[in-house]
Amino acid sequence: MVLGGDEPTGSLVRPYAVTRGRTRPQLEIALEALVETTARGRSGQFLGGREQKVIVDLCGGRLQSLAEIAARMEVPLGVARVLVADMAADGLLAVHEPTGFSDDPGADESVGTELLERVLSGLRRL
Amino acid sequence: MNSPADTSRVTSAKIVIAGGFGVGKTTLVGSVSEITPLTTEAIMTSASEGVDDNNLVPDKATTTVAMDFGRITIDQDLILYLFGTPGQTRFWFMWDELVRGAIGAIVLVDTRRLADCFSVIDFFEHRKLPYLVAVNCFDGKQLHDLQDIRDALQVSQDVPLMYTDARNRESTKQVLIKLVEYVLSMRRTRTVGVG
Repeated sequence: MVLGGDEPTGSLVRPYAVTRGRTRPQLEIALEALVETTARGRSGQFLGGREQKVIVDLCGGRLQSLAEIAARMEVPLGVARVLVADMAADGLLAVHEPTGFSDDPGADESVGTELLERVLSGLRRL
Repeated sequence: MNSPADTSRVTSAKIVIAGGFGVGKTTLVGSVSEITPLTTEAIMTSASEGVDDNNLVPDKATTTVAMDFGRITIDQDLILYLFGTPGQTRFWFMWDELVRGAIGAIVLVDTRRLADCFSVIDFFEHRKLPYLVAVNCFDGKQLHDLQDIRDALQVSQDVPLMYTDARNRESTKQVLIKLVEYVLSMRRTRTVGVG
């Protein structure tokens, strides 16, 4: 991507430089989707750059959501989404989708209800 | 969704914390979160869709929207996130993503600026997202009768309405519990209705 000599005035170009200008992820990932480094990611052999190393380290301990990755890397959400989707496609990360509630009319209600009950007892234990 | 490695039951859920600017959303999140609330930013271009590769030009109008959020580990394999909405409701594009799949929402209200949450309540009503109204007691003062607030906001009797102190962990916890109980009771009513 060539932008010419002038310093861009918008805030959009710089953050997306790490995704080589791509703003569309390979995989739609929810804000709260949990990301975990896989064994392949941990091996460190297949990492494509500094950002990938940071994400692999970040998600190698406890699970991190996409939102946490973006916040901790100080990159916009969209940038984190492209990076994580690429790495998931390469098998470096596993993405655990959230359990959706509000607009899943076809979803199995009992799954949601069981999860809500777990959330409720978890909150009561706090 | 599409991750082939995703065979375990690790999952997450979220609750949306909404309300006008300065009403105490981040304070509420921070009172119960196990991490110091984090901020994530989303960038929106005027084109909003289809921006890619060579179409990416630096002079597009861009807007940055910030959201604060916190985290509660319910179980090793179940994490609950609390997302504060962007202060200004004009950033509706972000709200769609925020409410998608959420358990429900807490509308935090400052009785001195009730009108701030009208559009928020409309939005949740329209999206059929379960919500409750929590009246933040600044300085611990309960200035108004809850029924008066309910009337002013024009929310139905079914919607839980309660006082809270956003700074207080126990108080926030009670609000979250109330919301989940409410969502569960709605589900049970629905199931009975169908059966």
